[in-house]
Amino acid sequence: MIHFHKVTKIFGTFRVLDDLDLHIPKGKITVILGKSGEGKSVTIKHIMGLLRPTSGRIVVDDEDITDFSLEQFRLYRRKFGMLFQHAALFDSLSVGENVMFPLREHTDLNEAEMLEKAEEYLARAGLPNIQHKYPAELSTGEKKRVGLARALVHEPKVILYDEPTTGMDPLVSDMIDKLIVKINQENPELTSVVISHDLKAALEIAENLVMLYKGRVQLCGKPDDFRESGDAVIRQFFSGKVEGPMEFF
Amino acid sequence: MSAALSPVFNGLRNIHSSFGRWIIQSVSEVGSFSLFVNKVFREIFNPPWRGRLVLQQMEFLGNESLNIIMISGFFMGAVFSLQIGHVFSIFGAEGMIGAASGKALTRELSPLITAFLLTGRGGAAITAEISTMKVNEQIDAMESMAVDPVSYLVAPRFIAAVTMTPVLVGIFNFTGMIGALGVGILIFDVDQGVFFEKLISVVGVDDIWNGMVKAAVFGGLIALLACRFGLSASGGAKGVGLATTNSVVTTLMVVLGVDFIITYLQIALGW
Repeated sequence: MIHFHKVTKIFGTFRVLDDLDLHIPKGKITVILGKSGEGKSVTIKHIMGLLRPTSGRIVVDDEDITDFSLEQFRLYRRKFGMLFQHAALFDSLSVGENVMFPLREHTDLNEAEMLEKAEEYLARAGLPNIQHKYPAELSTGEKKRVGLARALVHEPKVILYDEPTTGMDPLVSDMIDKLIVKINQENPELTSVVISHDLKAALEIAENLVMLYKGRVQLCGKPDDFRESGDAVIRQFFSGKVEGPMEFF
Repeated sequence: MSAALSPVFNGLRNIHSSFGRWIIQSVSEVGSFSLFVNKVFREIFNPPWRGRLVLQQMEFLGNESLNIIMISGFFMGAVFSLQIGHVFSIFGAEGMIGAASGKALTRELSPLITAFLLTGRGGAAITAEISTMKVNEQIDAMESMAVDPVSYLVAPRFIAAVTMTPVLVGIFNFTGMIGALGVGILIFDVDQGVFFEKLISVVGVDDIWNGMVKAAVFGGLIALLACRFGLSASGGAKGVGLATTNSVVTTLMVVLGVDFIITYLQIALGW
């Protein structure tokens, strides 16, 4: 589904991705792990075309997107949904308007149909009857779930989650994790890519796990491959200790 | 000898390289702004048409600026006629207050002061809003939903500013003339009929038209610069503050410079 072929991304003098080879399979939940600054968010921004690689190729659905024009990217992005780290809801729009935003932009649905669809997806995210509220009136968890409803409402083929549970209490985190799994069970064709620091949640929800270290894939496999790995970097990440081979900068 | 001179040479070299960097940066900024303007114009004429957003922005920039424009216009007209009235009274030409105020307001004061007020009120708000969206990833979210921020955010604001600024200038002219009339009648004892007769004989449609052309250009500049600074913001709350300050200061400077160029052209071409 999504292939990175020797992708390098350099910001100034800082090499964030270094000859990264990555494969994300279709219809599965792939969790990308790694400590801060390892290029997890940079990776998904490359998938969306929000960043372009310094070198290397990115192929999505058998289509090389590396040299896409802005117009090509606009069409390409319609098959994606993205949940941002801080939800990135539009402050000036109500919850309903936020969820209806992709529908208003890309479909011919009338106002009543859009509203019905927005209410349906808000209800699926566990937030019925809040379409008239504004983002400022919502808790962090509610914002994330509204962001999730907005990412799903136009029925994308791929959904990207940028640290969906960061900064949330354990109960809300668990609820979001279960929602991610439920959404994928209901849509077997949906490819989900989750960026996370949360190891426990990653092991629970992932069908495919990727660990990034120094801009490359340290290990890719099923959760059990990680549990059983003898790799010192993986073991250190699992233990959550500063002592070990991982470099901090 | 050479050791003694080396700090001087180093100093000169530093000045030289700083100047070079400034030139390259300025040319690059101008080039980048030109590309941005080009994109805005393309988006204005390309679907989707965003009538609802244009109307919202017209309401914000126009309707919500009415009070400040009317009050400022009234006092600007009153103060100008006070100043000019004292000079005219030396020559016993108080009757010309209406004509002088009308000419100054329509051609220069109304478009310029309206632009300044809109920069402080509308331009600053536009930059603050867009830069907050930028630093909170809302612009990225928009891009991720395949929506062009220039088409969604900039084009409606540009259209609204270009259309509403001349309307506000018309209102500024009107309330300014009421202020001038009040001062003329109450302080300089000018006859109302003389006031209007001189006003009509000196101020023509071309004066009003020239002011409106300036207003439309200023409105466009305010919207373009405000949006541009907003979209370039980075670095959290500090970045929002910096973008807003830079946007207001730069717009005021650009408006003054462009005002001189338009005025020069209008006079040179006899408009």
